[in-house]
Amino acid sequence: MAILVDNNSKVIVQGITGGAGRFHTERMLQYGTKIVAGTSPGKGGEKVFDVPVYDTVEECVKNHQADTSIIFLPARFVMEACVEAIYAGIKFVVVIPEHIPIFDMMQIRKEALKHNALVIGGNTAGIITPGEVNLGIMPDIAFSPGRVGTVSRSGSLTYYVADTLTRTGYGETTCVGLGGDPVLGTTFDEILWLFEKDEKTKAVVLVGEIGGVYEEKAKDTISKMKKPVIAMVGGLYAPQGKRMGHAGAIVEGEMGTAQSKLKALEQGGAHIAKTFLDIPEILKKLGI
Amino acid sequence: MKIHEYQAKEIFLKYKIPVPPGEVATTPEQVKEIAQRIGKPVMIKSQVHVGGRGKAGGIKPAQNPDEAYQKAENILGMDIKGLKVKKVLVTECKDIASEAYIGVIVDRKTKKSVIMVSAAGGIDIEEVARTTPEKIFKMEVDPLLGLQVYQARDLAYKLYSDSKTANQTIPVIMRLYQAFWENDCSLAEINPFITTPQGEVWAIDAKINIDDNGLERHPEIEELRDSDAEEPGENDARQQGLSFVKLDGNIGCVVNGAGLAMATMDLVKHFGAEPANFLDIGGSSNPEKVVTAMRIITRDPNVKAILFNIFGGITRCDDVANGIVAALKEFKPKVPIVVRLTGTNEDKARDILKEVGLSVTSSMEDVVKKAIEKSRVTQLQIFEK
Repeated sequence: MAILVDNNSKVIVQGITGGAGRFHTERMLQYGTKIVAGTSPGKGGEKVFDVPVYDTVEECVKNHQADTSIIFLPARFVMEACVEAIYAGIKFVVVIPEHIPIFDMMQIRKEALKHNALVIGGNTAGIITPGEVNLGIMPDIAFSPGRVGTVSRSGSLTYYVADTLTRTGYGETTCVGLGGDPVLGTTFDEILWLFEKDEKTKAVVLVGEIGGVYEEKAKDTISKMKKPVIAMVGGLYAPQGKRMGHAGAIVEGEMGTAQSKLKALEQGGAHIAKTFLDIPEILKKLGI
Repeated sequence: MKIHEYQAKEIFLKYKIPVPPGEVATTPEQVKEIAQRIGKPVMIKSQVHVGGRGKAGGIKPAQNPDEAYQKAENILGMDIKGLKVKKVLVTECKDIASEAYIGVIVDRKTKKSVIMVSAAGGIDIEEVARTTPEKIFKMEVDPLLGLQVYQARDLAYKLYSDSKTANQTIPVIMRLYQAFWENDCSLAEINPFITTPQGEVWAIDAKINIDDNGLERHPEIEELRDSDAEEPGENDARQQGLSFVKLDGNIGCVVNGAGLAMATMDLVKHFGAEPANFLDIGGSSNPEKVVTAMRIITRDPNVKAILFNIFGGITRCDDVANGIVAALKEFKPKVPIVVRLTGTNEDKARDILKEVGLSVTSSMEDVVKKAIEKSRVTQLQIFEK
């Protein structure tokens, strides 16, 4: 078991003939990800690493029963590509590109809700179910199959946490990167709930960062969960009003501080890790 | 991206939001001429990217052109929270009967645009939200439908009970939202929005922030960027595709990944030192980026040690190592460098760095401690000299 993606997922790559699309398609295939097709308008009929290319998402769904999509396109084409996928019946879309305008993400999210689809990203490193599917740009070496789920707004911290869990023998069920943008397709509470219902996941590591209120919003979900949640928040000492790399990582006025997030997460019942080394220690104490 | 009040008012004018007549000046002579042209009492308003201009003495009224000249002499060149005033907006003074607030923001919680209005205008809206939140009315806008007239009407009547003023305000709210949406803003604000004793309405101040990711669609707004108002290192980094934020400490940090860069800063603080910067070299392993990173960091005289924290995935450690070697040759930095890297091609990277006398650590905690220790030695050496 895993959440959102496993070895039954039938994946398409939107933008498969571009530089990034091609590079990561090869990596994902090598990992075992079932990529059934790709799109690139005007290049239908070609093949990329034996994967058939179509002009539209609709053809991918019709010919290959695709249910999952990953987007590798310049930011300005993402909204249209996402809406195309959703209207063609794709239920899970991973949006890798960075620099998507906020208004585009707001519209994507609304369309997804209307069609009962789930979008993660933008500006995410993707999602991985170790040993089955790598859907994104995450390096394989950090991950191994196991019993802890992770959810983070940062790609690099996803690798780091997974690396810590892998080295200490816990391994991961699924690792989800929510993305670094201010408005995201999916946020912590939605993913936490999927982990709660997943049999194989025994605990969840949540890695937040400054900016916005998504960690604060996760408080209620954590308090309703039976599974333990271990939480870390990056940017404790970030100055106010400065964007720390991610478009969404900014303390605005009193909103979005690491302190406020840690407080809310703790009130919800999460176990707070101060450094990465605390994570396996806490898991050990919890008997996981 | 922030733009100045006078630039925001030019956008407002395009959308027919009532803005008092005004012009921009850079010298007291120009201010006097503009005041003469306006022919009425004027306000002289410093144009800097910082709040609280009025309190800092950066906004002053003048009754006549001579007084305007004198006031402008004081304001031009003054320092407001570290920013030098180079431009002022000279604008007609209006008599004020009431002051309100009208703003549109991107609300990250609801993932929608939200319009906020308050009859308590003229003061910082965050202050109102803190002390009297019941005086703020909010309305979410559906991103697919856009703002509906009934919503604007509802908000206008929350501000004004007389229908004459409310009816003048409805189109202002509609147009403010239109300007916000069509220009990819993250904030569009009128504070104060005033009524005059004669029953007119005016946008006295204007504030617009643009979503950086939307700028590609608006080259005309990108041109408004005031690079004087930005930290030079941050400007340089942006042009090279790096994320850099200058801080006050002395441990220079070069990291791949924004999250890891923040975690590295936190760890430096955790072990009792101060980071000199936030710097994310991004996911690609182009050695050029490492060289640029080193150039920016070595320019900062506060830096006493440089710390590399690299997790090689798609980024290859040997590429980063080659970048470090190239940067060493180019800049010959006088401060110690410590490196932590793990992941793809880690062994190759170790060999490359060994040749230039750098050892590599694989634990993040250890490398941070090592950087702090070395920075203190550097500090001591400088002190002894």
